[in-house]
Amino acid sequence: MSASWSCPLPLRDHRRITIGHGGGGLLGADLIEHLFLPAFGEAARDAQPLDAAVLDIDGPVAFTTDSYVVTPLEFPGGSIGELAVNGTVNDLVMAGARPVALSTAFVLEEGLELETLARIATAMGAAATAAGVGLVTGDTKVVDAGRGDGIYITTAGVGSIADGVDVRPARMTPGDRIVLSGPIGLHGMAVLSVREGVAFDTTMQSDTAPLHELVGSVQAAGIDVHTMRDLTRGGMAAGLCELAAQAGVGVVFNQDSVPIPEAVAAACNLFGLDPLEVANEGVFVCVVDGDSADSVVEILHGHQGGHHAAVIGEVTDQHPGIVVQRTRLGANRVIDRPMGEQLPRIC
Amino acid sequence: MKYLEEFGDPTLAGHILADIHATASQPWTIMEVCGGQTNAILRNGIDQLLPPTLELVHGPGCPVCVTPLELIDRALAIAAIPGTIFCSFGDMLRVPGSDGDLFAVRAAGADVRVVYSPLDALTVAEANPDAEVVFFAVGFETTAPANALAVREAQRRGIHNFSVLVSHVLVPPALRSILESPDCRIDGFLAAGHVCTVMGLEEYESLAHTHGVPIVVTGFEPLDVLEGIRRTVHQLEEGRTEVENAYARAVRPEGNLAARQLVGEVFEVTDRQWRGLGPLPASGWRLTESYRSFDAESRFDVDRIEVDEDPRCRAGQVLLGLLRPNECEAFGDSCTPRHPLGAPMVSAEGACAAYHRYRRTEIGATR
Repeated sequence: MSASWSCPLPLRDHRRITIGHGGGGLLGADLIEHLFLPAFGEAARDAQPLDAAVLDIDGPVAFTTDSYVVTPLEFPGGSIGELAVNGTVNDLVMAGARPVALSTAFVLEEGLELETLARIATAMGAAATAAGVGLVTGDTKVVDAGRGDGIYITTAGVGSIADGVDVRPARMTPGDRIVLSGPIGLHGMAVLSVREGVAFDTTMQSDTAPLHELVGSVQAAGIDVHTMRDLTRGGMAAGLCELAAQAGVGVVFNQDSVPIPEAVAAACNLFGLDPLEVANEGVFVCVVDGDSADSVVEILHGHQGGHHAAVIGEVTDQHPGIVVQRTRLGANRVIDRPMGEQLPRIC
Repeated sequence: MKYLEEFGDPTLAGHILADIHATASQPWTIMEVCGGQTNAILRNGIDQLLPPTLELVHGPGCPVCVTPLELIDRALAIAAIPGTIFCSFGDMLRVPGSDGDLFAVRAAGADVRVVYSPLDALTVAEANPDAEVVFFAVGFETTAPANALAVREAQRRGIHNFSVLVSHVLVPPALRSILESPDCRIDGFLAAGHVCTVMGLEEYESLAHTHGVPIVVTGFEPLDVLEGIRRTVHQLEEGRTEVENAYARAVRPEGNLAARQLVGEVFEVTDRQWRGLGPLPASGWRLTESYRSFDAESRFDVDRIEVDEDPRCRAGQVLLGLLRPNECEAFGDSCTPRHPLGAPMVSAEGACAAYHRYRRTEIGATR
């Protein structure tokens, strides 16, 4: 992807971001015209020369925003660019919406190489095209060198919700079953492994991916998804605990049913982390009627990112608000919401 | 890396459990010494699968939990000094001192960094020659060799902007203190496997013989823990009081001689204050004379900071096995992982935090 962008003439005076690129003048305009728009490509087709994008959407609209900060900016399997698009796309999808358009706001650090920015913007364009959303409006600011981590990106997104779609957690009902769409722990451990410079025998790739196709194909089969949650920060533990608390129901899942890649399990053991609490960027749980769960798994198996989908557990009227893991040995373990930052243990 | 799946095999676990159930004929109280074992027990629900007559007591083997409050305060004081970079293992950052934790000091502008090895801190020191880089050298015998190596390397390479805040503690003196307590109710111990990987079995022989308790060196995966319990129960039922090695894949009788030699060169035995247990003679390590110039406490003049623990925290009784975490009045009310009164509620390996995490439903039902 990076090879496709070569520095055009108007940008050649500056191989790096300078304070002037955020000043609203010619330098900024050059950046939009010669870097962002070519890098975004097809996804920026509908960008308009207005201070705001004008969208034509029927029916209820889902609206969300998220900020992206990650070190390093590029990691095995993706970059902050894919995260910024896929993360916001997935927030819309999890609300039951079809993503329509995204805004992109950049806070750039003085000194950032244009080549890096171009690679990341190109990744955003490709991710947006893959997810079928337009990048329709944006903004760029520059902060002094040393006052940012290269790039911060904020995206906001809107999506349209079809008639009859209702995925509020309150629809979770005892007897419902819970489907997990794929293996957990890959994104967090991929980032950690490059951040800490720890070499593993196998390279773990971030799972960053849009979930619109997976969810869309379940909905297209006429299956009533009661609720969904993508398992981002805080991992599966946070996702399930939030759902149980919001719905006021209990959740039980089997340790053995949750696909955890061997490399993730080994790396977590080494760092003293719990794979259930590690972040993902392309995995979700969906809660459906008990009779529909097997069909959901079958549908997900047919899609990229869904090959390892599995029924992992069920909703219960026991222990409302609490998530319980049935361990491999046959005991019960209460799963708590992670505190915040995961802290590697001493020994 | 292998052995993760295999050492959690439910069928084999069933065989070991069946043996334990068939063997245990009377009530026994067994202490697992290491916080890693406590975590494995509660995380896998092993305690739920044992005969009800078998009680597991969670011992003092969590370095985060036994590091005394005044040492935390000294760490906070050093970290707050402008021009220092304070490096620590991750889980020390959230341990509350008298006034906040290292996260709070960092939020106030201090340079506090999480490292995975003391050698990383040494690299930080090399890269920042104008800063004073301090590593928080906490832990049992397990973390001591790497810490000793960092100090020896600093001296060898002439990295003089590096120092260590040492809070090393030793397992055998803690076990002796527990066994000599008039309230002691421990019948047998699961010794901490990785401590023995470094130090070997020698020190435990005299403990077992003097106090008449079985000590079984035990690992950390579910099958390791179950096998440790099984062997302890067999010894108790048969009236034996031996040191047994149930973690032979990682522990040799003599330990790791290279590591012991390194530790012996850099550290010497000293009295230490333990959070919860109080002062124990000859229970820790400090830098030897030839490495004393790397001692952060004297370099930064913080050794006069002395403080008392929160009187509401009954960590001492928990660490002695006299009180279950959920029997403490503060548990779950004024003391939670979010607002811990004492260290055992902080670390994932702390007995109180582990109880709070993994057994909330059950506790909610009985309280």
